[in-house]
Amino acid sequence: MIEFTSTRANHLVDPFLHVWGWEIPVYLFLGGLVAGMMAIAGWFLFADRHRKVDSVMALLPGLGMVLLSLGMGALFLDLEHKPYVWRLYTTFELASPMSWGAWILVAVYPALLGALLLSVPAFLRQRFPALAALSDGLRARTPVVRVIAAANMVLGGLLGIYTGILLSALGARPLWNSAVLGPLFLASGLSSAAALVHMVARNRAESELLARADNRFLQAEVVLLALFLIGLLSATQVHMRAAGLVLGGPFTAVFWVGVVGIGIAVPLFIQSLAVSHRIRHTPVAPLLVLSGGLLLRIVIVYAGQVSRWGPL
Amino acid sequence: MARFGMVVDTVRCVGCMDCVVACKTENEVPEGLCRDWIVTEATGAFPDTRLEFRSERCNHCDHPPCVYCCPTGASHVEEYGHLVQITKELCIGCKACLASCPYDARYIHPEGYADKCTFCVHRMKQGLPPACVAVCPTNCMHFGDLDDPHSEVSRLLASRRQHALQPEAGTGPRIFFLT
Amino acid sequence: MQALSRRRFLQVSAGAASLAVAGGAATRVRSAREPGARGADRVRKVPTFCDLCFWKCGAIAYVKNDRLWKIEGNPEDPLSRGRLCPRGTGGVGAHFDTQRLTAPLMRKQVRGAEQWVVVTWDEALGHVAGKLQEIKSRYGPEALALFSHGIGGNFLKHTLKAYGTPNIAAPSYAQCRGSRDVGFMLTFGEEVGSPERTDIRNARCLTLLGSHLGENMHNTQAQEFAEAVGSGASIIVADPRLSVAASKAKYYLPIKPGTDTALLLAWMNVLVGEKLYDREYVAAHGFGFDAFAAEIAPYTPEWAYPITTIPPELIRESAREMARHRPASLVHPGRHVTWYGNDAQRSRAVALLNALLGTWGRKGGFYQPASMNVPEYPYPPYPHAERGRADNPGKRYPFAETAITTGLRDATLTGVPYPVKGWMVYATNLLQALPDEAETIRAIQKLDLVVVLDVIPSEIAGWADVVLPEAVYLERYDDLNVEVFREPFIALRQPVVAAPADQKPNWWIARELALKLGLQAYYPWKHVEEYLDTRLKGAGFSLAELKTKGLVRGKQPPVFYEEGVQPGFPTPSGKIEFYSLQLKAAGFDAVPRYQPTAEPPLGAFRLLYGRAPMHSFSRTQTNPLLGEMMSENEVWLNAAVARRLGLESGAWVRLRNQDGKRSNRVRVRPTERIRGDCVYLVHGFGHTARGLQARFKKGASDAGLITRYERDPLMGGTGMSVNFVTLEPEA
Repeated sequence: MIEFTSTRANHLVDPFLHVWGWEIPVYLFLGGLVAGMMAIAGWFLFADRHRKVDSVMALLPGLGMVLLSLGMGALFLDLEHKPYVWRLYTTFELASPMSWGAWILVAVYPALLGALLLSVPAFLRQRFPALAALSDGLRARTPVVRVIAAANMVLGGLLGIYTGILLSALGARPLWNSAVLGPLFLASGLSSAAALVHMVARNRAESELLARADNRFLQAEVVLLALFLIGLLSATQVHMRAAGLVLGGPFTAVFWVGVVGIGIAVPLFIQSLAVSHRIRHTPVAPLLVLSGGLLLRIVIVYAGQVSRWGPL
Repeated sequence: MARFGMVVDTVRCVGCMDCVVACKTENEVPEGLCRDWIVTEATGAFPDTRLEFRSERCNHCDHPPCVYCCPTGASHVEEYGHLVQITKELCIGCKACLASCPYDARYIHPEGYADKCTFCVHRMKQGLPPACVAVCPTNCMHFGDLDDPHSEVSRLLASRRQHALQPEAGTGPRIFFLT
Repeated sequence: MQALSRRRFLQVSAGAASLAVAGGAATRVRSAREPGARGADRVRKVPTFCDLCFWKCGAIAYVKNDRLWKIEGNPEDPLSRGRLCPRGTGGVGAHFDTQRLTAPLMRKQVRGAEQWVVVTWDEALGHVAGKLQEIKSRYGPEALALFSHGIGGNFLKHTLKAYGTPNIAAPSYAQCRGSRDVGFMLTFGEEVGSPERTDIRNARCLTLLGSHLGENMHNTQAQEFAEAVGSGASIIVADPRLSVAASKAKYYLPIKPGTDTALLLAWMNVLVGEKLYDREYVAAHGFGFDAFAAEIAPYTPEWAYPITTIPPELIRESAREMARHRPASLVHPGRHVTWYGNDAQRSRAVALLNALLGTWGRKGGFYQPASMNVPEYPYPPYPHAERGRADNPGKRYPFAETAITTGLRDATLTGVPYPVKGWMVYATNLLQALPDEAETIRAIQKLDLVVVLDVIPSEIAGWADVVLPEAVYLERYDDLNVEVFREPFIALRQPVVAAPADQKPNWWIARELALKLGLQAYYPWKHVEEYLDTRLKGAGFSLAELKTKGLVRGKQPPVFYEEGVQPGFPTPSGKIEFYSLQLKAAGFDAVPRYQPTAEPPLGAFRLLYGRAPMHSFSRTQTNPLLGEMMSENEVWLNAAVARRLGLESGAWVRLRNQDGKRSNRVRVRPTERIRGDCVYLVHGFGHTARGLQARFKKGASDAGLITRYERDPLMGGTGMSVNFVTLEPEA
């Protein structure tokens, strides 16, 4: 038995790390969501869906920009030294995932803007004929469309993965020590985006396509979650203890019921029935997927801060 | 340039917290926060209990995760002594460095920037030892150039049993505890 | 189109790459940029000596831009050798403490209600002077008792001696080290003194009986202890609790509380029986050795085993270890040794063990201290007190040389040998210092006048009629410290910063009071600087010199027999009294015997108390720095016992003692560092004074649970480790 006493009682650090509250999970969720939306937007651009009149592409880039701005707003709220936030953009720190993210975010807006310009919504086309002309001009140039599509897919992928690497690069919190965290967050982001876009798409074909895609993404998420836990359980005692936080520890219920159950299994089941036309599509499954995506981030961020190296 | 580190003799340390108080007054550390702290570990059953006292602080690591993860370069390795320092005017208060430190050595200053032990570099540049080293009544704290084989710290490390904190974390901590 | 896109792509990636390179290079090593450095700071250094405890370490206070910044040790000071203890380092907190008394107060309700009217110094001192004159005319000046602790009380003592009272006492005698000094006086003819004349730094074997050096932070002792440990000296510790010192011991003896004398006798038995003691030394300097040896013959380790629970072999091994390193084998006399009521005899046993090892006067044992010659200020002689002191009527405690605080309290309560009608209290929280708070309060209720001088609204201040706020040591001059130490020196305490409110230094208060009492003849000087300069000039120095240097050192005299000190023992026999005829004549044991002390009832634990290195008594808990280091105490409980009682770490309990007195709630600390038959609290917490808001009811007060005490028949010391508690879980 070890009696361990420390005289340190620093705010945000003791008795266990609690530097990040709701702001970071919300940002990670919105970031992942927008990442998925960009991937979908890119895909649809490659598939020429932006020319379809009732395509969800009219909504997608604009909505993405709004959601991303909300996410970045949450990120800004988290900062403790806010007046200096511009210091993110006077340097690029190669080893810092957060620096990568800061610049990726900067690149994301032009990509989304490009996608928006390729699929300006009808009411804006009527209001601003110059905008319509610009949009038509860009649409006519296939290479431009391809570049914008590729940029959205690539940057979407980077955005989705970096949110995971942001955490997995922090070796001091064993729960986050997994290379799977990046792909997991990307899969979750794709799934959330597919769910959201499926919900708001008026085009039947798009809606169906996204529901099917969402099911695939949800299945991928299950596999990645399993790999995540297996990875921890087959590592050191410290990592096994971290995994224990969701396997019997204080985060067990919210993880299995909230994230896995309500966030993945139930909507997967409902949506599988819906895509095989046994039941009708409703917003239930997508909303569950979205809440599951947010809950996943919340659990990972909060439980990760509780996980520690020592003492055993 | 030297590579400064510290050697703490846990055999002499009594865990009195003089180093904590001295650091607080020297560096005007705000109330409720500390840059160094005392850890007491008791193992075994009475009356064969063994105690170890450690004065811990930022380890000014050779491979500092806090420097790697800092998005603005506020956390950096300074030429002087190869110590890890923070430029508060570059810090945005994202707290990634707090999360990255396996020793939980950092805190957020009430003014918003990340802060920690500086090894009293302002004193060292005047030829004085860090406040914690200077005050210790048991004279158990030593600092110096780890790259100089004739320095006090190097000689102590060559002749005494020692350990560092969580060496498996790969950070290369430069505070050593003699046992 | 394609060319554009490819070129754009290349441009973008080239840009990113160059940024990466630039960023990467910038991450590696940056040129120095000091956080928060300002070249234009004005720093002033003022030497003084510390007042956080009674060691009086030389310190240098730093003021930065007119604000108190930090305090460091004075490298010239032989006591601190340039390093202060945590309390001294946190001394700035005494100045910044927001709970400080700020103005003179007079009570407007019953005593203890802590309801005050703020008055001017003139009003307060006028009132006090008036009451003192009343007491003098009705009862005589002896009816005024002064309880004073620390060098800051010197001027007050002067005023009250001039007033005519002999009743001046400090708790440090009967509640702390008095019994030790009597025990050593009876053996060697001299006291141990303070600072203790122990040569720990040269000891090759150091034996501690309950002494928790390292938690008890008398600076020089702690420093030398670390030196001894660091140099590989053998440490032997007998303590029911595995103290910090015990954790560094070669031999740890987890002794049953109350049985230390048995262990000491067994150790002596081994040394004598195995002929391991210093025969030459004993033959040269001892008196009555043969009778002594005969007396201790039955006290074998086997005899001591069932009493102390220490296995006989461990007693033998540790005794042999002590002998192996003699004469540099110091058995520490301890300091606060008023434990069970038979403490003078136990201290005598410690002295005798030292005598067997030949440590008195030898290197690694006890040195001969010296002091510099500084003349007293030429005052008129004090009036002769017609009646003697009131604390020890009929010399009930025949070997008490110094005033007994609890004796004065008795006189107040009983009126025997004569009534004591007024108390002045300086810098000692009598409610926590004296055993049995209720008795102190009953005594207070009998008084016509209670005046307390303090820096914080302590418990005793809460019971006063008049509270006088003193400036803390960083804001005042005090009397010179003419230290008695292995290296003699004179130290000056001088103001570093101004007092933040209407607090005054003790010299001014004492002088103003004297003037109001018509005693101006005893204060021919107007400002304390005149007093200090006069005395210093008499010794060949000056105030100016002391103000710059803080202290002046005298020539280092020889301190050991090895260095030429002549052995001399001012005892009746002129030798070390192994057998004390004067004790026998007074009806006491000539050689200490083991006397069992009362056991805890079933299910109860003996309450032990001690020190923490960042606090002094009950006076530092509101110091913002030190209070942050330790804001409350915990009750230490053996881990196995805690499991049996279902008490987890951090659980709240209240302690209830044998008289039904309950403590404030306190957290349990289950630990493998204490025996199962006792619990331990750090002293000084559980404050009940409402003025100490930040620390009000934080932790439990050990003093509050000390309702039972045993009086030492030799000198009136109060043994306080005789209370037993049970733990009551609190929801």
